Amino acid sequence: MTESPLLRVRDLRVSFKLDEGLVRAVDGVSFDVFPGQVVGIVGESGCGKSVTMKAILQLIEPPGRITSGEILYRQDAAQPSVDLAKLPTRGQAMRELRGADIALIPQEPMAAFSPVHTVGDQIVEAIMLHGRQRYGRPISRSDARGITVELFRDVGISMPEQRIDAYSWQLSGGLRQRAMIAMALSCKPRLLIADEPTTAIDVTTQAQILALLRELQRKYDTAIIFITHDLGVIAQMANYVVVMYLGRVMEEGPVDDIFHAPRHPYTQALLRSIPSMHGETRTALPIIKGTLPHPFNRPSGCPFHPRCDDIMPDRCTKAVPMLHSVAQQRAVSCFLHSDQAEPA
Amino acid sequence: MTTTPLLEVRGLRKYFPIARGLLRRVVGHVRAVDDVSFTVQEGETLGLVGESGCGKTTTSRCILRAIDPTDGQVLYRTRSNEVVDLAPMSRAELAPLRRDIQMIFQDPFGSLNPRMTLFDNVGEPLLVNGMRRRKERMDRVADLLRLVGLRPEFMHRFPHAFSGGQRQRIGIARALATSPRLVVADEPVSALDVSVQAQVLNLLLELQSTLRLTFVFVAHDLSVVRHISDRVAVMYVGQLVELAPTSAIFQRPRHPYTAALMRAVPVPDPRVSGTDMILRGEVPSPAAPPSGCYFHPRCVFAEDRCRQEAPVLRELTPGHFARCHFAEQLTLGAGETVAAA
Repeated sequence: MTESPLLRVRDLRVSFKLDEGLVRAVDGVSFDVFPGQVVGIVGESGCGKSVTMKAILQLIEPPGRITSGEILYRQDAAQPSVDLAKLPTRGQAMRELRGADIALIPQEPMAAFSPVHTVGDQIVEAIMLHGRQRYGRPISRSDARGITVELFRDVGISMPEQRIDAYSWQLSGGLRQRAMIAMALSCKPRLLIADEPTTAIDVTTQAQILALLRELQRKYDTAIIFITHDLGVIAQMANYVVVMYLGRVMEEGPVDDIFHAPRHPYTQALLRSIPSMHGETRTALPIIKGTLPHPFNRPSGCPFHPRCDDIMPDRCTKAVPMLHSVAQQRAVSCFLHSDQAEPA
Repeated sequence: MTTTPLLEVRGLRKYFPIARGLLRRVVGHVRAVDDVSFTVQEGETLGLVGESGCGKTTTSRCILRAIDPTDGQVLYRTRSNEVVDLAPMSRAELAPLRRDIQMIFQDPFGSLNPRMTLFDNVGEPLLVNGMRRRKERMDRVADLLRLVGLRPEFMHRFPHAFSGGQRQRIGIARALATSPRLVVADEPVSALDVSVQAQVLNLLLELQSTLRLTFVFVAHDLSVVRHISDRVAVMYVGQLVELAPTSAIFQRPRHPYTAALMRAVPVPDPRVSGTDMILRGEVPSPAAPPSGCYFHPRCVFAEDRCRQEAPVLRELTPGHFARCHFAEQLTLGAGETVAAA
């Protein structure tokens, strides 16, 4: 890809200072998002995928803090990129980007919509707030309503003129998530962050929502950061995958490489441990031994070493492997692949 | 199989009344479970799958008599090989049978009492069942913890000190405390991370073979159900739509809903492209199900007959049941996804 990235995250670190100690939720994360690309961030609970998402949107609340790193966002080709990590959280610049240039599809649409306003009103409000900037002309309330009806039609909500006046609790889970997608798209975002958008939804509805997201992504050429723990969803949605564990990127690369030529022992073990739809049944699944360490009790060296089958005791317990580029668009943080360590 | 099944559910129904107005007049019923029948052989795992609201959890609660069925029989073969119907039994009659049928819950954070230590959480069923001596209970709890892969020293800690996977092990230990014969597991791994899920599935398979347990495994994740079950029952709007041995149902589903459900599972392989044959519409409400076949509004094969006449669950080949008028004619080769070469 010769294009320059839309978003460039470099060595991002976020920590939470709690009474019990310091939790390094995100500990050196780097990846790029190119225009029109779907980047999947996958990992198990506590891997820092949601905190990364919040950092990009500048939604980290105290006691959490971005301690270092850059989140370079390029608003358009003519302008230099801005470092979102340096923008004041509640400042004008961030407020203009958030919800407009960079929109979010949250996991729980029930919790994300206000129950005392109709879904239509909430979308109209967003359009009117960002309208002048995003549509290049002043938007009246009735214009915004018209846009919302069109959006509802786009996301496959039948009878949009009636549904626009419904409250979120009157809609089914699938419709609610569709309305949420309409809201996220309402200000023509260039980057969409989808945080487990189908986790709370049944499988046949999930298939509908994923197909809709794929279709809209093609139509508007929006870049998406897709956060999920579901490897099946990642395989079907992403072009590029970032695998995280305990706040660090284990490896990243094009989706086919991650699933067919994973290099990090964690990715390999994770892929082996999912029951397949055509493997042998009722046999022991290969597992990742041990349990996820407690956040206050991070292992020294490589965070995965206590559970790794390929551990090199002298090396992995003592130094943290650096996320190192091993090929074009391919990086791994493991001493099996590169001996470079993070500076102590 | 000529042996009497350990559990036989016959014509099970559970209707929840819908009350409206000042007088709370009953204006209708939610048919959460509507004429469900199946058998479970001793030592077998029956997977019960379906989407939210299909009645899989209500069915499992009726078996446990956590709720009272509206109609139907829940026939259980006791240790003395006597077949009893659990459905009409009083609390007192059920009491001696409770230890035989236990449950594993979905949410490992909500199912343990946070104010009780592991010893009390796991040991309570023992106390209830008359094991009064503390020392004896401690030995048994230690054995149980060892059995599920936890250290007996953990006995005096509280649940908050444990991760989701460990708590699920504690829940399993508690379910096994009374040496049950039948264990109903309601979504036991769906709240767990992938790597932990594999550990718990392995544990359940291992316990089943060592303790000769019989499982009714309720879940929505088809790959998990396929992995653990001997036979699979698929539910839709309160009814069983298909029931067959695992390999048969996944190789050749005979009900269009089963096939659609299987197709909807995202395959963890980017070379297998997601199908565009996606089920349209949404699950109808069990309070006002459609006419005829409940699946007809979403079924691509639906004909006039499906709109008018409700199909019955028929045995197509030995052990393979489906509730579809056209089960024989349809080719639904969508079960096992073919991996691209």
